[in-house]
Amino acid sequence: MATALDPQQRPNSYRTGPDEHGHFGNHGGRFVAETLMPNILELEAAYNEAKTDPAFQAELESWFKDYVGRPSPLYLAQRLTDHLGGARVYFKRDELNHTGAHKINNCVGQILLATRMGKKRIIAETGAGQHGVATATVAARFGLECVIYMGERDIERQQPNVFRMRLLGAEVRPVKSGSRTLKDAMNEALRDWVTNVRDTFYIIGSVAGPHPYPAMVRDFQSIIGTEARAQIQAKEGRLPDLLVAAVGGGSNAMGLFHPFLDDPEVGIVAVEAAGDGVETGRHAAAMTAGQPGVLHGMRSYLMQDNDGQIIEPHSISAGLDYPGIGPEHSWLKDLGRIEVAVATDAEALEAFALCSKLEGILPALEPCHALAEVEKRAPTMRPDQIIIMNLCGRGDKDIYTVAEHMGVRL
Amino acid sequence: MSPTRIERRFADLQKEGRAGLITFICGGDPNPQAFQAILAGLPAAGADLIEIGMPFSDPMADGPTIQAGNLRALAAGMTLARLLTQVTAFREKDRTTPLVLMGYYNPIHRYGPARFLDDALSAGVDGLIIVDLPPEEDEELCLPALEKGLNFIRLATPTTDAARLPAVLGNTSGFIYYVSITGITGAASPVADAVGDAVAHLRRHTDLPVAVGFGIRTPEQAAGIARIADAAVVGSALVEEIASRVETSKADSAELIGAVHARVRGLAAAVRAARKDPVEPGP
Repeated sequence: MATALDPQQRPNSYRTGPDEHGHFGNHGGRFVAETLMPNILELEAAYNEAKTDPAFQAELESWFKDYVGRPSPLYLAQRLTDHLGGARVYFKRDELNHTGAHKINNCVGQILLATRMGKKRIIAETGAGQHGVATATVAARFGLECVIYMGERDIERQQPNVFRMRLLGAEVRPVKSGSRTLKDAMNEALRDWVTNVRDTFYIIGSVAGPHPYPAMVRDFQSIIGTEARAQIQAKEGRLPDLLVAAVGGGSNAMGLFHPFLDDPEVGIVAVEAAGDGVETGRHAAAMTAGQPGVLHGMRSYLMQDNDGQIIEPHSISAGLDYPGIGPEHSWLKDLGRIEVAVATDAEALEAFALCSKLEGILPALEPCHALAEVEKRAPTMRPDQIIIMNLCGRGDKDIYTVAEHMGVRL
Repeated sequence: MSPTRIERRFADLQKEGRAGLITFICGGDPNPQAFQAILAGLPAAGADLIEIGMPFSDPMADGPTIQAGNLRALAAGMTLARLLTQVTAFREKDRTTPLVLMGYYNPIHRYGPARFLDDALSAGVDGLIIVDLPPEEDEELCLPALEKGLNFIRLATPTTDAARLPAVLGNTSGFIYYVSITGITGAASPVADAVGDAVAHLRRHTDLPVAVGFGIRTPEQAAGIARIADAAVVGSALVEEIASRVETSKADSAELIGAVHARVRGLAAAVRAARKDPVEPGP
């Protein structure tokens, strides 16, 4: 493929980022208050050490296997494949993990690092509540105090997860500022961290935030793609033609994509939440409709107005309801390595119904966005082609939202 | 380069043998008209330096008081461009009081950093404090700002240890702003002894004037800081004054403006007298 890009901009490998300052091209970085800088640097040093320590990696593997339940299966969705009449569709079943989503992969990694660093208190932000539940879970298991920040609006629409977190011994602090969703929860968690910087470890749930979080969370989530790569080789004897995953902050997607970035024959699509439709302005599609900006410690595509004020995002899926996107996604988009698509609330709900009926799997509303894209792509592909979609969470938490949209009272 | 208004003001304060009072308000709070009048009266009320917050929808390092001030200003239609226009209007009447814009990077990033620096300079801005631009990101705005003759003021905090301090001081100019607590604006008040030690520590590493802020609310607290630092910064207490008038009364803006200036006069009197009074023994 001929390219007009400056050879200096086009890397030999897409898997080498970030640079030493946490930059992925123009994205990433460390845009945080000085109070946090010593901690960010301490975290970076500790992570760099752990990353190359075979004992840490062995411990991580052991927790993945015995506590998370990895590897998660790679499942051929045969009835869906038949229904769509094109490419063979595989689900990477991270919804089968302990706690019901991919979020636990990263939480296990970060809590091992937190204990290694001697931190006593864990904080986290959560949108859908999956990251909050995963964080509360590992905090319970490792016996650490845990505070979860969650927007008031998200608390209303994710009651089961709020209750789960409380059962697990975490304190769920409602965030009343701004749009009372994920971005505000992250603001509040950062405020907590600024205040309690010495003893507190902040487990960020996505490939977002200041360096080293985007790279660290990616590394912990890359187990998804690493497994999928080996599994598809075993089942089909070759790599897939297309990877599809939903992106809010982008952690499940980056986890699947990263091990395949240097395989040029593998197409990659990140699906953003289009809410009521990108043209309505009520959406959460930062890469599709945003501009580069700086929020939560990173530069990346960001939903903002002409004055640089953050626009409140909208999505039926609380886990995608975020105005930004991880910086590595923005970089890969700029390089043309990933394609960006969108799916609306309505399309996600339809995908939810389809998957439930055809495959006997209630998917979370987040991967339903990916599934909506699979529904569009698969019929245009040949039956010998392969799609892997990350089914990154299960839909039990979403039944109230889905029921409301169906006009059913539970 | 000739000294900036900030550098001249601190030199004058040193000659007078007193500390300065730095006041912070959110640009456009509670609305652009009232803000312009508050701003215009601050020097006469005793503000030696003026910090203006550039409103932002997501002020991560600020507490509820200043968050609310930001949102009031934005709801009233405030923008960064409008703020620069208001600074220009202020500067036509006051050519000596230093003005520092404080805030977060994204509105500047969106405005265009180079265009922003040019417009800020021609409006009469003297310095910048950008909370989320640490030394690691100096190429974004700090170095271009210094090149154009603006001061770039950095925050040092209780977590800034000896290893970190040289990085913080490296490209800082005008003054160094010591954040007296680990926390967000408007939180707990600082402990004077700990602040004294921290200021002494900073002075061993820099000749820059040291201003102390975060959590200073009363004239007594401001005076306490004025005895040990070159300036005391008061922000949340003034923003609270605005909030309480906006929320609890139908006060016209003249009354609100007067109340803010009265608060500043009280703080300024205490700061100016601080080094003349004998230090009262503790309880």
